[in-house]
Amino acid sequence: MAWVGKSTLRKEGEKKLRGDAKYIDDITLPNMIYGVTVRSPIARGVLRGIEYLPGVNWSEIVKVTAQDIPGQNYIALIEKDQPYLVETNINHPEEPILLLAHPNKHLLEKAKTLVKFNIDPLPAIFNMAESFAKKEIIWKDDNTFKSYAIDRGDVQAGFKNSKFIFEGTYETGAQEQLYIEPNGVIAIANETEGVTVWGSLQCPYYVHKALMPLFNFPPEKVRVVQAETGGGFGGKEEYPSVISGHAALLSWKSKLPVKMIYDRMEDMSATTKRHPSITKIKAGFDNNKKLLALDIDFTIDGGAYTTLSAVVLSRGTLHAAGPYYSPNVKIRSRALATNTPPHGAFRGFGAPQSLFALEKHMEFCARKLNSNPAIFRKNNLVKKGQLLGCGQWVKEEIKIGSVLEKALTVSGFQEKRKRFLATNKNKVIKKGIGLAVFMHGAGFTGSGETFLSSIASVKATDDGKIEVLTSNTEIGQGTNTIFAQMTADTLKIDPSDVEVVQPDTAHVPNSGPTVASRTCMIVGKLVEQAALDLKEKLFSSQLLNKKHTRKEFLGACKKYIKDVGELKGTSQYKAPPNVIWDEQRYQGDAYGTYAWATYVAEVSVDTRSYTTTVDKFWAVQEVGKVINPTLAKGQIIGGVAQGIGYALYEEVVWKNGKMANARMSNYIMPTTLDVPDIEVHFAEMPYAYGGGGSKGIGELPLDGPAPAILNAMEQALGIELTQIPMTPERLMAKMNENSL
Amino acid sequence: MRAYLPDYQCSSANSLSEAFSFLEKGARPIAGGTDIMVLFDAGLLAPGDYVDILGISELKGITKKRNTLTLGALTTYSEVRQHKFLQTNFPILCESAKEVGAVAIQNRGTLGGNIANASPAADFPPALLVYEAKIHLVSSRGMRTIDYTKFHHGYKESELKKDELIHSVSLENHLSKHHHFWRKIGSRKAQAISKTMMAGVLKINKNVIEEVRISFGSVAPTAVRCTEVEKFLTGCPLNKNTIREAKQILLKDIHPIDDIRSTGKYRLAVSQNVLEEFLCGIG
Amino acid sequence: MKKLALTVNGKKYLLSPHPFSRLLDVLREDLKLTGTKEGCGEGECGACSVMLDGKLVNSCLVPVLQADGKQILTVEGLAKKYLTPIQESFLNCGGAQCGICTPGMLMAAYALNRNNKKPTQQEIREGLGGNLCRCTGYCQIIESVQKVGKTKPSTRKGKSRS
Repeated sequence: MAWVGKSTLRKEGEKKLRGDAKYIDDITLPNMIYGVTVRSPIARGVLRGIEYLPGVNWSEIVKVTAQDIPGQNYIALIEKDQPYLVETNINHPEEPILLLAHPNKHLLEKAKTLVKFNIDPLPAIFNMAESFAKKEIIWKDDNTFKSYAIDRGDVQAGFKNSKFIFEGTYETGAQEQLYIEPNGVIAIANETEGVTVWGSLQCPYYVHKALMPLFNFPPEKVRVVQAETGGGFGGKEEYPSVISGHAALLSWKSKLPVKMIYDRMEDMSATTKRHPSITKIKAGFDNNKKLLALDIDFTIDGGAYTTLSAVVLSRGTLHAAGPYYSPNVKIRSRALATNTPPHGAFRGFGAPQSLFALEKHMEFCARKLNSNPAIFRKNNLVKKGQLLGCGQWVKEEIKIGSVLEKALTVSGFQEKRKRFLATNKNKVIKKGIGLAVFMHGAGFTGSGETFLSSIASVKATDDGKIEVLTSNTEIGQGTNTIFAQMTADTLKIDPSDVEVVQPDTAHVPNSGPTVASRTCMIVGKLVEQAALDLKEKLFSSQLLNKKHTRKEFLGACKKYIKDVGELKGTSQYKAPPNVIWDEQRYQGDAYGTYAWATYVAEVSVDTRSYTTTVDKFWAVQEVGKVINPTLAKGQIIGGVAQGIGYALYEEVVWKNGKMANARMSNYIMPTTLDVPDIEVHFAEMPYAYGGGGSKGIGELPLDGPAPAILNAMEQALGIELTQIPMTPERLMAKMNENSL
Repeated sequence: MRAYLPDYQCSSANSLSEAFSFLEKGARPIAGGTDIMVLFDAGLLAPGDYVDILGISELKGITKKRNTLTLGALTTYSEVRQHKFLQTNFPILCESAKEVGAVAIQNRGTLGGNIANASPAADFPPALLVYEAKIHLVSSRGMRTIDYTKFHHGYKESELKKDELIHSVSLENHLSKHHHFWRKIGSRKAQAISKTMMAGVLKINKNVIEEVRISFGSVAPTAVRCTEVEKFLTGCPLNKNTIREAKQILLKDIHPIDDIRSTGKYRLAVSQNVLEEFLCGIG
Repeated sequence: MKKLALTVNGKKYLLSPHPFSRLLDVLREDLKLTGTKEGCGEGECGACSVMLDGKLVNSCLVPVLQADGKQILTVEGLAKKYLTPIQESFLNCGGAQCGICTPGMLMAAYALNRNNKKPTQQEIREGLGGNLCRCTGYCQIIESVQKVGKTKPSTRKGKSRS
C-alpha cells in the first residue's frame, strides 16, 4: 500500500486537539525561576552604566550583564558580529543589555521599569539610502554585510540591440512572522552538567552551535530539545539562539532552571522580521517582445547585525530574474546595515522580495507593449535547454507553461479581464484580476547541502516501533506525518508503526535545519535511504525475504534486536550527479530543482475607502510528488494568507529604528473575514532526488500573492503600483498622484 | 502580562450602594474589562483599587416604556446586536455593535464601558450622538440625566465624576421615517479599530432634506456631531451640488490626526467619501 | 484573600488567587490546565478563548473574580474518551497545523455550533473572526466547521500519547 500521496491524518493532531500537546510555556520544572531581558531604549550609542532604581529588593534579583559571560560574547551563526549582551556599543533599539531572573515573574516586570541605562547617544541610520550613502558607518568599513554580482552574456550589447527598454523601481516592507506562540525557552546551565535548553524552535543544531562558544563547552556538554512549537515561518530559525543563550546565562548565574517567554510586544519589537527591499530593474526586449537584457539591482535592509542576511540576499539574488529566459543578465545585490533590530529568516527568504519586483516589472512591460500579461509572460518563459537568470541550465522538461495555462483556465482570467475592463467604468467598487508567474528553488542554495552533509537514522525498537531520528522539527507543517508516510512506504509498514522522535541533540543526528522546504525533499530522502539501510541489514542477516508483509517485517526487526542487537539504518547526504555550482562567479546549478507556479488574484477596490478585498485566489503549482494532499494544500493556503497580509495589510511602522506598532491590534494580519476562498491545484512531476518524489512547497505561496494582487489592483484602477504593503493610505496617495 | 499584581486590588460590588462605597474610597470601576484588561496586561493600567461592577443587576437589561427605550450600562455588544426592537428602530446601534472586535469581545464589552472609556475610536458614541440619547449617571447623591452630546469633554475626558457610574442610556423612538446609515472604515474586517466611522439619520421630503443628523468617530478628540454640515444640509435639495458642498463643509466639523493606525489626510478624505456615500444612497 | 468558587470542565475548585489575576493564568498556572494558550494578552488573537457561563470570552481579559461562581469550559473539557465531532472534523480536514491557535479556535467553533447547527460560510467566518491563525489561512478551519458530523466517525480510542 502506498501511503505517499494519501491524506493520512496529522500524526500529533489528536494531542493538539485535546489541548494535551506541551508547548514550552506549558512546561514547568522544579525550582524553576523566570527570566526577562532589559533592552536599549535607543538606536545607537555607548553604554556608560546601569542604575538600579529603588522600588524592588534588588538583592534578591539575579542580574546578568556582558561581564558575566563565561565564554565568548557572540551569537555564532555566519559572522561573529552580534553580541549576546551589549558590552559598550549599542547598535539598535531593543538590543539586550541586561538579564534579570526571579521566582516571581510579575515582580520582574516591575523591576524592568526600574532599570536606568546611562547611554551617550550616537547618530543612527534607519534606511537603506542612508546606509548606502554611508551617512554614518555603523558596520565594518562600508555598512555592507554582503554583496553579489552575476554577469551573464553582454548586457550592454543586449540593451543596444533592444527595440524596447523599460525601467522601474519596486519596494517591499518588513514583515513580522507573527507565529501565534511567541519565542520561549527553558534552560539549565552549570559547570558539571553543561547546558540544556528546551524551546520553541526550528533548528536545534543552530542553537547547539551558538551555545558552545557562549560557555566554551564541547559539543557533548550542550543539549537542545525542541518542545512542541507553535509556528515558526523562519522566525524561529536563528532567533532561538539569542533567547536560549540568555536563559542559559541566567541559569548559569542563579544555578536554577530559568524559563524565558517573550510576551507579544517584546516578540514583535525585538525579534527578526522579513528584510525590507528596494529593487531597480531595467529590461530590454526585441521586436517580438522577447527579453534581450535584464539589469537588476537588488538591495535589502539587514538591520544592525549580519544574522542570515548574506543567505537571504543570495536567494533573493538567484531568484531575481524569475522563470524567464534572457540571453544577457546582470545582477548586483547587497545587504546593508541600519540601526534597526536585525532582520532575518522568513518563509521565502529573499525570493518574495525580488520576485515581487520582477513580476511587477513584467506587468509594467506588458502594459507598455500593449500585450496581454499572460501571453507576454508565456512568450518569455524559460524552456528546456535554456539558462535561468543565475546561469542554471534547464536540463529537463518543465511544466511551467501548462501550469500557467491551467491557472488561466481555472480562474477564467482572460474572460474576467475583459469583462472587468468593460464594467468598471463609473463604478465605485472596481474589480481586477492579476497574475504572477514564478519559481522557487528547493532546498539549500548552491553547495549548501554538500557543506551540511546531513545525517538521518531510522531505528527499530524492541517494542515493535520504527523510530525516525532527525533534527528536523514539526512546527505545524507536517514533518511527523510525512516522515511516517515515507518510512511506511519504504518499509511496507503502516504510518502508525512509525514514531518520529522529538528532536533532541542528545539523541538525534544533525540532519540540518528545518528551513527552505529541505525537510520534505532533502531529509525525507535521507529518511527513506536510512530506512533502506535498515532493511538491507535484515536482508543480509537473512531474517527477511525481499518480498515481505508488514507483519513479517516487524517480526524480523524484533528477532534481529533479540539475536544481533541494535537495528539502525543511517544515511548521509550526497549531492545528485551533475549539479555544478560556481561559487566564484556565483553562477550554475543554484538549486537541485525548482517548483513552478502561477497564482491569480481577483480583487475589488473600493475607491471611496481605498480598501482592497481579495475576492478569490487561485494557486497552481508543480511541486514534484504531493506527499499528503491535505497537508500540502494547508501549506499553500496558509502561505497565501501570509502573502495577502504582505501585499495589503502588514505594515511595520518604524520610529527611530523601533517598531511603533508592536501589538496584534496595530500590526494587521488577516482574519477569517479578510481571507477569501483559496483554490489550490497541483501538477505533479516526481523528483528523483526528493523524499517520496517531492520538491519544496512551503515558500512558493509567499512569492506569488503580492505581485498577483497588485497586478489585479492595477487592472482595476489603471494605475502603476510599485510598493507593498499597499495600504489604503498608500493607495489613496497613489491615486491622487495619478489624478493630478 | 506586564502588571505587578500586588500593586492592584479589586473587589466585587453586588449592588449600587456597595459600588458607591468603593467608589467613594477611590476605587475605579471595571465592567466587561475589554479596555481595562488590555491596559492591565500591557502594564499601562494605573495601580490602585478597582471595583468590579459587572454583577450589579440594577445596571442590566433593556426596557421599553412607551416611546422610550432604556439600555442598562452593562448591556453587552452581543445583547445590543441581537435585540429585535433595536434592530428595527435603532439599527445603527446594532450594526456598530456587530463590528466591535469579534464574538468574544462582544460578549464581554458593555455599553457603559464603551462610553466611559471615552476613546475617540469607541464604536457606540456616533450612534448615540445621532440618536440624541440621554445618559443617566448615578451616585450616592442620586441620579442625574444629561444629553449625550454634553457627556464627552475631550480626549479621554468626560462628564462622569469619580464617584459616579453610568446607569443607563435612553433613546426616544421617533425615527421610523428616517434613513439610518452606519459605516466603519477599519484596518480589516474583524478585530478592527476604526480609522473613521460615521453614523447618520436623515429624513427627506420631496427631495428636500427635512432633518439630518451626522456624527463621526476617530476624527477628533471625541466623537463629534457635525453641526455645520447638518445646518447646511437642512432644507437643501438633495443633489450633486449639495453633496459636493457638504463634503467641503465637513472640514469645519472634523479634525483628524496622524497616528500609527492611519493618517489625518486619509481619515479626512475617506470621511468625506463616506458622507457622500450616505447622501448618495438616499432616495 | 477571598475564596473563589470556579467550576471548570464540570469540576469544582475553591481557590484564593489574587482577585485581579487573569482567568487565563489561574487556569494555566493554578489549575495546570495548559490547553488554553496565550498569544497576545490583549484579546486580539483568541488563543485563550474559553466558555464562561455559556459565552465565548477571552480569558486574558477576565479578572478571575468575575469568574467566581461561574461555569468554565476549556479545550480539555471537550473530549472525553473520544474526540468530539468538532475535533474529529478538524483532524480530518487539516484544521490544525502548529496547534497553538487550535484550543481557542475549537472553543469559538463550539460556541458557534451551540447556537447554530448549520452555519453558513459567512456565519462561520464571523464566528471565528476573533481567532487568529497564522498557519492555515483559515480555509481548512472553515471547512472543518462546515463538515462537523459529516466526516467519518472516530476509530481512535482513549487519551492520546503526549
